[in-house]
Amino acid sequence: MGLLTVSGSPHIHGGLSVKKLMWGVVIAMMPAMLASFYYFGMGAIKVTLVAVVSAMLFEYLITKFILKKEPQLHDGSAAITGLLLAFNVPSNLPIWMIVVGALVAIGIAKMSFGGLGKNPFNPALVGRVFLLISFPVQMTSWPVVDKVFPLGLDAITGPTPLGIVKEGLDNGEPMSDLMSQIPSYTQMFIGESGGSLGEVSALLLLLGGIFMLLRKIITWHIPVSFLGSVIIFSGILWLIDPNAYVNPMFHLITGGMMMGVFFMATDMVTSPMTPKGQLIFGTGVGIITIIIRVWGAFPEGVSFAILIMNAVVPHLNSLFKPKRFGKEASNG
Amino acid sequence: MGLLTFKMGGIHPPESKLSAKSAIEEVVLPKQAVVPLSQHLGVPAKVQVKRGELVKVGQLLAKGEAFISADIHSPVSGKVAKIEPRVDSTGFRKESVVIDVDGDEWDESIDTSTDIVKEIKLDQKEIVERIHRMGVVGMGGATFPSHVKYMVPDGKTVEYLIINGVECEPYLTSDHQLMLEKGEELIIGITIMMKALKVDKTIIGIENNKPDAIENLKNIAKNYQGITIEALKVQYPQGGEKQLIDALLGREVPSGKLPLEVGCVVNNVGTAYAIYEAVQKNKPLIERIVTVTGKTVGKPSNYKVRIGTPITELLEKANCDMEGTGKVINGGPMMGKALVLLNVPVTKGTSGVLLLEKAEAKRMPVLNCIRCSKCTDVCPMGLEPHLLSIIARQAENERCEEEQIMDCIECGSCVYTCPSGRPLLDNIRLGKSNVGFMIRNRSRK
Repeated sequence: MGLLTVSGSPHIHGGLSVKKLMWGVVIAMMPAMLASFYYFGMGAIKVTLVAVVSAMLFEYLITKFILKKEPQLHDGSAAITGLLLAFNVPSNLPIWMIVVGALVAIGIAKMSFGGLGKNPFNPALVGRVFLLISFPVQMTSWPVVDKVFPLGLDAITGPTPLGIVKEGLDNGEPMSDLMSQIPSYTQMFIGESGGSLGEVSALLLLLGGIFMLLRKIITWHIPVSFLGSVIIFSGILWLIDPNAYVNPMFHLITGGMMMGVFFMATDMVTSPMTPKGQLIFGTGVGIITIIIRVWGAFPEGVSFAILIMNAVVPHLNSLFKPKRFGKEASNG
Repeated sequence: MGLLTFKMGGIHPPESKLSAKSAIEEVVLPKQAVVPLSQHLGVPAKVQVKRGELVKVGQLLAKGEAFISADIHSPVSGKVAKIEPRVDSTGFRKESVVIDVDGDEWDESIDTSTDIVKEIKLDQKEIVERIHRMGVVGMGGATFPSHVKYMVPDGKTVEYLIINGVECEPYLTSDHQLMLEKGEELIIGITIMMKALKVDKTIIGIENNKPDAIENLKNIAKNYQGITIEALKVQYPQGGEKQLIDALLGREVPSGKLPLEVGCVVNNVGTAYAIYEAVQKNKPLIERIVTVTGKTVGKPSNYKVRIGTPITELLEKANCDMEGTGKVINGGPMMGKALVLLNVPVTKGTSGVLLLEKAEAKRMPVLNCIRCSKCTDVCPMGLEPHLLSIIARQAENERCEEEQIMDCIECGSCVYTCPSGRPLLDNIRLGKSNVGFMIRNRSRK
């Protein structure tokens, strides 16, 4: 008989692992990824591959040669950051820019804080916002969806529905004219709106989100409070003046909304750890998103909103504690 | 159907009750019994015998003189060979009486017949005294000296006696088997406890994975006053004292207080049986039911074992594959202690011996915390294990106290759930011991 192991209790484990959680997220992203391949063709495949491979490569190199630790690529978190970055850029973005985005996401936003679990801001969003601010032209020339699998890499570009409406309203065009320039709500919901890779189909992102909820990878608190505050806030504006403000449905199915709701704001590492904190966090993200979309300089505000609320997370964690057992005892 | 359960957190590990429904078997007497003088929570008992002295079964070996202490009786007959420190199941050396077994001669005062004695002759004071002198301790694992619970301080009233038949630890089945085979004795034990506490209401909580035990006790309890049986949801740690009270009555024991604060006294079914034997049979606590189980156990069983029997003898009887075994645990997989030596004796708190396969024995590699907060979600006390673990590790003792580290019941749900395999409970235990030390120092000043 060999030596027996001696360790503290408990002696059994439920079998959940970081790997399982992360690959669960990857599975949830698959439908939307495949849809982006379908609508944007080779461009989307190229962007996805470059983003994922360079994110993993940078994490490997930094862990091995700068932090001098054993790289943990198999936990899947670098792959997710790459995938999310790809979801956040247009399919015609030059390769070197994607590589720069991955370097910023992994190198600056994640590894400089100590790697897995230590980063205060969502790495993929930091990468995206860095690219958006540095290369605004390339980051906002969106290939138009033409429904066939486009093999060519130089697609026709055009503004997103969010961009059309934003610019139009700023120029004082009437709402009804603008609505006729964009695809129908059903089309946008299923996946025929231009934009970043991951913005293409609200429906498939929603499916991925439901999958993650069922698998208990995420909880309902952030998605519901995020969506709820978007609906309520944009709804109030719309009720005040339907000609000056778009209706809430438009906000829900366009741009990075669904991706932000299910895949970005719910990132465990950068969101609050208690249900109450998560509700406040989601509400904050929703309100800031609408403020930026309606009054800001950019047509899209989800990324900025999430990053701003990421900064508040440590406060939310210390302000909103779980209810302790026996603290306010109710005797009978 | 909505079964009763506690309201915060909890997990549901695989039940793995391999030894369920295997009848209680007696184990032959060991050649030598090792009886530690500290088998209970509190002050060790003071030895009353000398080397070379002949003792009978049930004879007093050591007296619990302090208030929180318990008497220790000889589980065998024979000659006291040595009185010396021996390693016990905690891994520490404890003063023990070593007895060379000779025959099986019982003290005459003990009723060794199997007849069920229903009539309770003793009055309230005599019952408590008897529980004290028979060395009865909590049989659920905490081994708190039982008489203390039955000496209710002035100004406190007990409304309910809660009997814990939950057995929420995976693998363990000793309480289950006891409820099936000794139901009548157990219920009589409960009526004795009710008399001692002067209460007229008792609730027995049993997890719903033991329908036969629930049925059996319900049938017997019909003939007794004031005893109800409640089926509980299978959810760990349903058998935690505070969780059980919450599940049955919806009352929360305040932080840092005892169940008495909400009008309850909680005891295990095993304790009720021990009290029956102590009061009706004048039999001290010298044996108990021990589950021997695990995937490498040839014949998972429930044994009736004399205290002091080496665990190695149980392993042999249960036909264990020691080659394939990577860890031996005294108790269940969630809260039991890994054994450092195998030839340690069974004591009053040994509810089971669990063998884990080599692959199950090792912990998973530790990764960074990914802040998933699953540990917080499952914590039955509403604590934040991820936070406690970090601040305990940094010895921020005041902050640990503020975050109520002392409320941790060490159920292990957080570690069970953690996807990063972090040693949360190891750190929290460290913090609890530091904070406990700090609090004791403060009250000394």
